[in-house]
Amino acid sequence: MSTKVVKEESMVKQKEMIADHFKKLARAKEEGKKVVYTFVPGNLTELLLAFDCLTVHPEINALQSGMRKKSGEYIAEAERAGHSEDVCTYVKCDIGMLMKGNIGPTGEQLPEPDLLLLSYTGCYTFMKWFELLRERYDCPTVMLQVPYQGDGEITPKMVEYVSRQLREVLVPKLEEITGKQLDEARLQELLASSARSEENLVHVLESAKNRPSPIDAYFGGVYYIGPLFTAFRGTPAAEEYYRMAAEEVDQRVALGLGPVTPEGQLENERFRLVTEGPPNWTHFREFWKMFYDAGAVVVASTYTKVGGTYDRGFRHDPSRPFETLAEYCLGCYTNLNLPDRVNMIADYVRDYHADGFLINSVKSCNSFSAGQLVILRHVEEKCGKPGAFIESDLVDPRYFSPSNIKNRLESYFQMLAQRKGQKVTA
Amino acid sequence: MTLTDIIERCQALYDDLDFGYVDEWKARNPEGKAVGYLPTYVPRELIWAAGCLPVGIVGGGDQLEIVKGDACFQSYICHLPRSVVELGLSGRLDALDGMLFPATCDVIRNLSGIWKLYFPDKYVKYFDVPHNYDSRIGGEFYEDHLHEILAELEQLGGRKVSDDELRAAIRLYNENRRLAGEVYELRAKEPWRVPATDCYLLVRAGLILSPDEHCAMLREYLELVKLEDRPLRDNARVLVVGAFCEQPPLDLVRALEFAGCYVVEDDFLLINRWLGDTVDATGEPIHALSEAYLKTPAETSSRYVDDDGRKGRYLVDLVRKSGAEGVVFAAPSFCDPALLDRPMLQAALDAAGIGHTAFKYSENTGQLQPIREQAGTFADTIKLWGTA
Repeated sequence: MSTKVVKEESMVKQKEMIADHFKKLARAKEEGKKVVYTFVPGNLTELLLAFDCLTVHPEINALQSGMRKKSGEYIAEAERAGHSEDVCTYVKCDIGMLMKGNIGPTGEQLPEPDLLLLSYTGCYTFMKWFELLRERYDCPTVMLQVPYQGDGEITPKMVEYVSRQLREVLVPKLEEITGKQLDEARLQELLASSARSEENLVHVLESAKNRPSPIDAYFGGVYYIGPLFTAFRGTPAAEEYYRMAAEEVDQRVALGLGPVTPEGQLENERFRLVTEGPPNWTHFREFWKMFYDAGAVVVASTYTKVGGTYDRGFRHDPSRPFETLAEYCLGCYTNLNLPDRVNMIADYVRDYHADGFLINSVKSCNSFSAGQLVILRHVEEKCGKPGAFIESDLVDPRYFSPSNIKNRLESYFQMLAQRKGQKVTA
Repeated sequence: MTLTDIIERCQALYDDLDFGYVDEWKARNPEGKAVGYLPTYVPRELIWAAGCLPVGIVGGGDQLEIVKGDACFQSYICHLPRSVVELGLSGRLDALDGMLFPATCDVIRNLSGIWKLYFPDKYVKYFDVPHNYDSRIGGEFYEDHLHEILAELEQLGGRKVSDDELRAAIRLYNENRRLAGEVYELRAKEPWRVPATDCYLLVRAGLILSPDEHCAMLREYLELVKLEDRPLRDNARVLVVGAFCEQPPLDLVRALEFAGCYVVEDDFLLINRWLGDTVDATGEPIHALSEAYLKTPAETSSRYVDDDGRKGRYLVDLVRKSGAEGVVFAAPSFCDPALLDRPMLQAALDAAGIGHTAFKYSENTGQLQPIREQAGTFADTIKLWGTA
């Protein structure tokens, strides 16, 4: 594996945005900024920015700890404190990090929250996660319940329930904490900005319909979703980032180039895949390289929809600020029922001209994983393309077995090659 | 009927993985439908009022060989969904016309989708519950949801349900919970008189029997058991918590008693205990069911506990109320709700000076000796030093 990582300009820009955000977090207390801990799915960034709050996303802390090879010791710390080996490693990584001083990726301590905003969207564990965190912090918790799309649809009653919680529970609490009144006009401006960024994100994601695909929509996709799924939705910086990303992608399409990966540009697109499930973070680059080495590119992924299903047409609508935030939360990927997830994956295989699909089943996340073997069979039936199934974890290094995963992937790629009439390489 | 007859009847219902009682009930009620539900809570009043038999499905226990179910779930998913799928795909649940999947955890939530995929001709519903307990907000959402489910059950049952029928169902289930509550109270007071296995089987029978038949059974048991002279043992009084969804095998419950523990309180089958016997049967019935849910003091891991520092207080109160001397955390392997909750509940017990021990099981656990030894040591600790 080369030590030099190839990066595009937009990636550099995003890195600067993140560094700046963590600097702001480090200064938050001295500058009197209020800090809200909340989750990526169903995040309410525009509303929080309207109150000048800074956000911390515990699952981002955990995945960054995974990428920085810190998660193993954090998880061990939490397990020593009595947390079961069976439960979500994001939670244990976050709690272990807190027990070890809550040091963020820039080496500075993260500020304590002024509010725990429990956006209960598509993941049961979120509820317990913030019940656990609130035992350690002296701050209020707001529960925002987002009903599950059990019947595969968002009903007006669901939208009303979520938007009423926003208006009647969350906004008053934010007003109390910040001492500011909600400026609805400002919220609308932020939402309008979000919609512009979302348009460009979808442009980037859908560019993968080209041959060769100019992006990798899974490993590379996690960079593209970064700003919109975290602290930057509604900001000029996000708009600029997505303009840059869209231009870069357009350029590569015009030149017929494949995606940029840490190993360099993918020159020969042999396999086009759709993926279901989150990536593993502890061996992220090694995992990506297994695809790169085989000439496999991911053209669409469900993971890049956990913070919003924009490619299905959703845009934040500034004319209905609370209802649009509610609809956003309700539409996040893990809030979809299984038949809808099957349809989405099968649609991706068809629309992105994929050769097959791969499920990376992570031990930590029952929201994603429970039922994935059934999804596998139903998607295969629906689209007539073969699926593959591998198992790993989000941030627990004990559950990533490189040789097993590589073996499975190689067998799968060989099978795909035979189906495509390509020469099989070991 | 003797006590033995009653418990044997319960045992037969427990052992019957073909749910023969449902067929019998349907034969007696040719217009009736049967609707299954998973743990932990659904409003059975709606199902019954709509002319349907509510049937609690809590897995296949330790007597069901799992073949198809294992093909649906990875090794790190709990056991309950695989045995429920096995029951479904092997035709054992064919008598059920519908299934309700409550908002207990992500696994049961996703199981509702699996059911939709495998049984597209059946009525399948994800049953959401409010975590906002304000009647104007969470209550309004919940009432809408209950109305929606009632309308769907009416369609399934082929007839409209009147408010009077709903009130009658509320009264019947109030009585059912009151009687089950009496059994629990008697067990807490005189645990030698009501063994944990008897109590479990009696309550478990209520998952399949019609509520009127179950009420009659509970009344008869309560009359007879008070006349029974059973020997008092020098056991430690324990509360078992964490087993509210996937059920421990009956032998595990028995093993706890053999190890020297009187189970004076548990959360094995919460459906019978959730709302108490106080659902208002005089006013608007859907509103009454909603209010009872919102205001119930009962807590379990799948229910959000408001942000007022009372996490674990319900458990501590339950320990005090039942006179338990220690708490046994018995959670199914890979059970997110129970295992994520456990450190918080343990901290609350520590703060209250209440001893506890913990182990994991699955519904088909066969190796009970380690659990028996652990429970025995825990009971001895309580007996020898007065505290665990």
